[in-house]
Amino acid sequence: MSEPKSCTLFDKIWDSHVIERFSDGTCLLYIDRHLVHEVTSPQAFEGLRMARRRVRRPDLTIAVIDHNVPTSNRQAGIAEEDSRIQIETLERNCRDFGVPFIPVLDVRQGIVHIIGPELGISLPGSTIVCGDSHTSTHGALGALAFGIGTSEVEHVLATQTLLQKPAKNMKVEVKGSLPFGTYAKDLVLAIIGKIGTAGGTGHVIEYAGEAVRSLDMAGRMTVCNMSIEAGARAGLIAPDETTFDWIKGRPCAPKAEAWDEAVRYWRTLASDPGAHYDKIVQLDATEIAPLVTWGTSPETVLPINGSVPDPDEAGDDGRRAQMRRMLDYMGLAPGTRMQDIRVDVVFIGSCTNSRIEDLRAAAAVAKGRKVAPDVRAMVVPGSGLVKQQAEVEGLDRIFTEAGFEWREAGCSMCLGMNPDRLSAGQRCASTSNRNFEGRQGPGGRTHLLSPAMAAAAAIHGRLTDVRQMA
Amino acid sequence: MEKFTRLTALAAPLDLANVDTDKIIPARFLKTIKRSGLGIHLFDTLRYNENEQERPEFVLNQEPFRGAQILIADENFGCGSSREHAVWALVDFGIRCVIAPSFADIFYNNSFKNGLLPVRLPRPQCEKLMQAARMGANARITVDLERQIVSTPRGEEFSFDIDPFRRHLLLEGLDDIGQTLQHASRIESYEAARRARERWYPPITA
Repeated sequence: MSEPKSCTLFDKIWDSHVIERFSDGTCLLYIDRHLVHEVTSPQAFEGLRMARRRVRRPDLTIAVIDHNVPTSNRQAGIAEEDSRIQIETLERNCRDFGVPFIPVLDVRQGIVHIIGPELGISLPGSTIVCGDSHTSTHGALGALAFGIGTSEVEHVLATQTLLQKPAKNMKVEVKGSLPFGTYAKDLVLAIIGKIGTAGGTGHVIEYAGEAVRSLDMAGRMTVCNMSIEAGARAGLIAPDETTFDWIKGRPCAPKAEAWDEAVRYWRTLASDPGAHYDKIVQLDATEIAPLVTWGTSPETVLPINGSVPDPDEAGDDGRRAQMRRMLDYMGLAPGTRMQDIRVDVVFIGSCTNSRIEDLRAAAAVAKGRKVAPDVRAMVVPGSGLVKQQAEVEGLDRIFTEAGFEWREAGCSMCLGMNPDRLSAGQRCASTSNRNFEGRQGPGGRTHLLSPAMAAAAAIHGRLTDVRQMA
Repeated sequence: MEKFTRLTALAAPLDLANVDTDKIIPARFLKTIKRSGLGIHLFDTLRYNENEQERPEFVLNQEPFRGAQILIADENFGCGSSREHAVWALVDFGIRCVIAPSFADIFYNNSFKNGLLPVRLPRPQCEKLMQAARMGANARITVDLERQIVSTPRGEEFSFDIDPFRRHLLLEGLDDIGQTLQHASRIESYEAARRARERWYPPITA
């Protein structure tokens, strides 16, 4: 008898969802959870209508509004006409096709990648898709979760399946524990800095090692969220007691005997000893310092006590030209100390860092202090439920007394699709995930960092080493 | 979907690496409920200044490249957001083929669903094509999906790899939902098997 094959977590989830394997390796893959939002779905529903197709499994689908929605004065409705049309279109599509929908004024409304896990919709061992690249977030629960385009959204709505080829396996192993003043955000920025923005292309990244195991669920979601910034469509962390404790009791999670059965199955998911990885990368968490980006690509990370690099020291002409372009866009001179860079705006929020744990970390820094004059600082909880919890804990008062704006849940200033935007030349310390040119508004300049570092930047009006604020 | 078989056209050289989908189409233009009409905002911030006037230095604002149907770019084209609007904007502008040393995964997938052919060629070959493209009006490049060949204006041929299934769909202009629905009974039996195996798996309730 042959030995059973050693499988990775990815292999196990993949294999259990293959309906049909075609001769060229393409698989028809079953999808357990389909999350839908207003921006990438209208054309998919339009396609269904034109072909007279229905949504095959509305009971495995859920829709919410997050990208376009304003984060203040919600009762007044949506002022921007095209945003309003997109939102009304999703409402109508959900009604027509019988898809569960969370309305804007519902307390459960929030960023799709916050509410999926929060409501117990995202479960270990599942396949989860959404027309949004940060779907990788849900991999923190041990689910295979990845972003898809609108044609694929339509395909899933119509068939509850996708045609896909299996990704390659990559393992990122982080030993040691994170030092004082560093967080999951620093960990994932360090990983992206090491492997680059295309380092994970074609792969699913499984995060492992002591530093990953000891992260709480919020931290794990932050890490998996930014897998796409390393080019990987999905990130995964094996489910363990931390995962099970976090999911138990959530509204859509299995209950009673079903729960016990579920956990029994979920315990079998971790990668087998000796499983094969196509690529293995190792990092030492103890060497990580609080990080911040200096350029317009998430791989351009530096420790907060570093200085802006000099393009003249770049290895090749291509890289030199790229660095010059970035520095020009960012309005930075080589050699500038990162801690001397002044900021105009501080944004604490996004699917990367808007969970209650993120808000607690920021509040711990903000408590009893004041936002620097001329700095606009905003805190945008990831969901109505996160907001509610923060208010129970009094975090909202800590923020407002310090001079932060306390806003309603949504994608907000992560992507400049709603009224929260940078104007040209404004510089922002942001807990979001992308520092691309124009990402937070045309001409806006973004420095990515952790929530605690963002709060520190708000207080001092410049990028600041949060370790000095203890 | 429009078929892609063989295309002989002008190519625009876009000598940039890591062209992200925010650069291809900024988020503020995603508030549409249609697929068409995004071409005017393709590469919006590279193409127009603050006063919405064309930047003459940008390749697609120059003759003859305004009529380009092929785009040649550098590594990791289409990284970042999953927005299919990036592909729609390219197609709406008139681009039918992007040639680059590497593509980000989601963009690569999205292209095939819209009759846009992404061609991966080694960097030195992309550089040759970029050089040739810069010669302008008569420097036509041919992309032959049937033969899996890109030919330079001088007739030099570079072959490229492509997934046979995707090639087939593109050559025939086929919609893959229709293809998948042919397996409807297999999907049903999979669902039944899952229900038996994982009775605990809950539906979503809102």
